[in-house]
Amino acid sequence: MRRRPDPTITAPSVFRRRDALAEAFAVIAQRPVRTLLTALGTILGVGAFVTTTGLAETASAQVSSRFDALRATEVRVQDAAPDGTNPFPADTDQRLQALNGVNHAGISYTVADPGTIQPRTLATRPLRTTTPIPVIAASPGALRAALPTLATGRLYDDWHQQRAEHVAVIGRVAADQLGITSIDRQPVVFLDDTPYVIAGIIDDVARNPDLLLAITIPTTTADTQFAATDAERQVLIDTAPGAAQLIGSQAPLALRPQQPDRLQALVPPDPNTLRNQVENDVQTLFYALAGLALLVGAIAITNATLLNVIERRPEIGLRRALGATRHHITRQIALEASLTGTIAGTVGAIIGLIAVVAVAITRTWTPTIDPAVLLAAPAIGTITGALAGITPAIKAAHTPPADTLRG
Amino acid sequence: MTANLEPTPATDPHSAGAAIGVEGAVRDVVVVDGLTKTFPGPPSVTALHPCRFTIRAGEYVAITGASGSGKTTLLSLLGLLDTPTGGSYLLDGVDVADLDDTTRSALRARRIGFVFQAFHLVGYRTVIDNIALGLLYQGTPTRERRVRARAAADQVGLGHRRHARCSTLSGGEKQRVAIARTLVRNPSLVLCDEPTGNLDTATTRQILNLLDQLHHTGLTIVVITHDPTIAAAAQRHLTITDGHLTEIRREHATTP
Repeated sequence: MRRRPDPTITAPSVFRRRDALAEAFAVIAQRPVRTLLTALGTILGVGAFVTTTGLAETASAQVSSRFDALRATEVRVQDAAPDGTNPFPADTDQRLQALNGVNHAGISYTVADPGTIQPRTLATRPLRTTTPIPVIAASPGALRAALPTLATGRLYDDWHQQRAEHVAVIGRVAADQLGITSIDRQPVVFLDDTPYVIAGIIDDVARNPDLLLAITIPTTTADTQFAATDAERQVLIDTAPGAAQLIGSQAPLALRPQQPDRLQALVPPDPNTLRNQVENDVQTLFYALAGLALLVGAIAITNATLLNVIERRPEIGLRRALGATRHHITRQIALEASLTGTIAGTVGAIIGLIAVVAVAITRTWTPTIDPAVLLAAPAIGTITGALAGITPAIKAAHTPPADTLRG
Repeated sequence: MTANLEPTPATDPHSAGAAIGVEGAVRDVVVVDGLTKTFPGPPSVTALHPCRFTIRAGEYVAITGASGSGKTTLLSLLGLLDTPTGGSYLLDGVDVADLDDTTRSALRARRIGFVFQAFHLVGYRTVIDNIALGLLYQGTPTRERRVRARAAADQVGLGHRRHARCSTLSGGEKQRVAIARTLVRNPSLVLCDEPTGNLDTATTRQILNLLDQLHHTGLTIVVITHDPTIAAAAQRHLTITDGHLTEIRREHATTP
């Protein structure tokens, strides 16, 4: 009478994917508050991930734009081995101006004052000031490379430079000290008893803020008048955006082809490197925090799902009684945990996006976020939920049905 | 109660409606020989001593016994919820004693129905959902599950409450849902574990009437109970004492 199992009777139980998904949705939908509380850790984790990535991208974009606008277009060249001689040629401005990508370039140095220069507006009356007004020698290119904003008048130019004219521009602070507010009456300033016509007053500069404190005269004039051969000279170059690195490599060769090593070019960090560095610094920290939050979230889902499995032992036993295999139970519990993770990832992505936009608006930045990050967020949540659901799912599958159905 | 029980249509030769074989002989649904269950200790406990009995298709059998006598252990073994320590068990002619978990699950899905004392409904789901759950692991398409669940709800007199959540039902209604969940599966064997244990007298009578009507549609029913009234309503009466099973013979009863 005994026979082998009839295939028509013992055809395997079936738990279709669609049914598994519907069952998981039904469980989650019945307890929305509990689901959200279960998912809280993962929401925070994914939210932190999206916020971190978005803010890092947004911030680095801002950093880059600021460096692109100013520092990334600034190159300085200085004497690499000062020996008391002038390493720069007389036609420094012209040589650098010939390089493609140079907007303005020129040489400058601070004139050493042995105490005899005594800047003043009246030849016979010394200026009563406790702070001496420095005198800077700058070629017209160096002046323009500082990107000055004039309060009044004009800058001296190549004509003044070539003729070593006694002309000067003064900074706003120096003008206050000298009591000069206008150049309408062609004021002069005396340096070492020699009058210099003031061509203009500088209100502000983007670079070399010393110019605001000083009286600036052409280098040719300074060389003639003060014989400052041992002064520490420096070349300032304003480049086109993106050209700084190239100009930094070309400038020493253009200025001193026979001995370029004598000159040292100081270029800003490569914007890409800078951006990456900023991103890395910020992101490493926040990714660590996001990872920690995700770990906490995974533990929360594991705990909640374990509790859920214990609470639902009779239901799991019933499903086993109705024909569910262990695999079916594993799949359902894991699917519920994964779906919880997916919901957490989606909610986290939305919260993260809102946070990025809110911060960007507050700081008047342009919010920048990679759409791939937003798409990845639910996937991260799903994976977190799936991993968190493994232990409870296995535990549920091995629940002895006979024990759970008693009473 | 307004139960309207019609004979369940037979869909395969092993279904309840096919209790009589093609040759006209009554089919054996359960054939147990030397079945035993010992729980490993320490100390090990023999919950069911070797027993031998047969249940034929369409029979209504009551198994009585005191608490801890081994009734539920026997039901778990008959329902393939647990594995025996020894002996053989043929369900619909198939030796199921040594089957793997997957095959046992398949047999539970297609051949066995359960009615529990605690109902074991999914409280947050509707009546229809709970009844349809009985077909979930048979791979029945969703639409067909719902159609058959509606028919089963009507059969047990719950057509008007089919969209109610089970947590809102009375005890009697819950048990009727559980019976409908079994009915919809079209099983060879229905195992009831104290089906009226949580019900009052009036509701108990309704459920017993329902089981009686199901029996008359051809279902093979085994009821485990400690209530002699229920045992008296059954066609055959087995009793179990300290794991030893014996049959109480009646003049009108058919012997295995």
